[in-house]
Amino acid sequence: MDHAIEFQNVTKTFRGAGYHAANCVSFVIDEGEFITILGSSGCGKTTLLKMVNRLYEPDSGKIMLFGADISSIDVVKVRRRIGYVIQQIGLFPHFTVGENIAVVPNLLKWEKEKTDARVEELMEMIGLKPEEYKNRYPVQLSGGQQQRVGLARALAADPKILLMDEPFGAIDSIARIKLQDELLALHQRMKKTILFVTHDIEEALKMGSRVMVMNEGKIVQFDTPERIIRHPRDEFVRSLVESAKEKEQFWERFK
Amino acid sequence: MEYLVNYYDKLLGASAEHLQIVLVSMVLSLAAAMALTALCNVFPVISGWMLGFLSVIYSIPSLAMLAVLIPVTGLGSTTAVIVLVIYNQYLLLRNFLAGLDGVDQSIIEAAAGLGMSSWQILVKIKLPLSKRALIAGVRIALVSTVSIATIAASINAGGLGTILFDGLRTMNISKILWGSALSALLAIVLDWFLGSVENRMIKHEENSVQHFKRE
Repeated sequence: MDHAIEFQNVTKTFRGAGYHAANCVSFVIDEGEFITILGSSGCGKTTLLKMVNRLYEPDSGKIMLFGADISSIDVVKVRRRIGYVIQQIGLFPHFTVGENIAVVPNLLKWEKEKTDARVEELMEMIGLKPEEYKNRYPVQLSGGQQQRVGLARALAADPKILLMDEPFGAIDSIARIKLQDELLALHQRMKKTILFVTHDIEEALKMGSRVMVMNEGKIVQFDTPERIIRHPRDEFVRSLVESAKEKEQFWERFK
Repeated sequence: MEYLVNYYDKLLGASAEHLQIVLVSMVLSLAAAMALTALCNVFPVISGWMLGFLSVIYSIPSLAMLAVLIPVTGLGSTTAVIVLVIYNQYLLLRNFLAGLDGVDQSIIEAAAGLGMSSWQILVKIKLPLSKRALIAGVRIALVSTVSIATIAASINAGGLGTILFDGLRTMNISKILWGSALSALLAIVLDWFLGSVENRMIKHEENSVQHFKRE
């Protein structure tokens, strides 16, 4: 059985930087897992994510998706089979909501009926009524609504892998919790393999079936949330867990 | 003012010649600039060199460039058009590249991540979203062309420059005034025309597209 995502000794250094953004990183992710990648700014988590859809190319090492070495496949083809959601959302302002969601199906030259049906299906799934929202423009939606459309757009061609780079970072906290819960529910239904980058410890521990903690380009611990909390492997992980606990103590005061 | 009445046909003829030179130059300039822009989009490395090279060309006085080309392409409007097209490249390419690059980077990143090729990104995303900046660049080139075209008169290309230079040579105030006034008028009218095209684009966008930067 091929793993969904496999990194073998992947290293990446950016020109002019004195350190590796990704330092000999190896791991294995199986289909259907929800992996959150956690770390502070500059730890390499976004670099790692972007190497999966080849927005960055590794300097050395191998990356395999479902057993296939992606460096040998046409880069555009690779990306069309992977969903991508970013923090700034990036909806095309001159496309309607429906047209935004239909982007990848159109790139893949789906038949119009198939695309239309898929757009309707996805809009129902994200909770935006097609009759009402399909012909609206992104500027007419709230941040939370826009990111839902971003998510629908990423899922339109039914990719097996979904990459999410701090997708809820620019959303207000009330909408964020709702989106997190909905994403978890969606994952239960769809069983897609999800890679979710965040710097928010609670989000990482809440969303991930396994959490990949990164620091300075290396994976420090890659484990279930429980084991990370109970058995942090080193000082860095421990301090992360501690900082989350500190927040709880803050709320204790108001009990 | 009697000049206008007496030489009405001459002024009209010169204006028509001028307009013709300007329009032909603009069409060719746009074609060349679009080709260069597409090239720079496919090979981003060369844009720096290209702009540097063109800026040097642009700094050469137009009379000098005309003089250099005369032995090659002779006197007359052909040489004038060639020179005008060359000068416009610097203005147009710089504005086109700046306009295309001005599109919000996160939109480009999303487009690339979803699987659009560079060409698709250029045509489907960058061009539609930079329409206003691109038109602004064309307006600048247009006004510049009208102005430099007056110099073309010095090499027998015709146009309003003829009237102007005639006037300067013979110290005929009417000619000087009318030569300058009409070419200024031509520039204003053409610029206004493009401006109204730009405004119609804005109106069309008003209810649908506003890409302001997100916080």
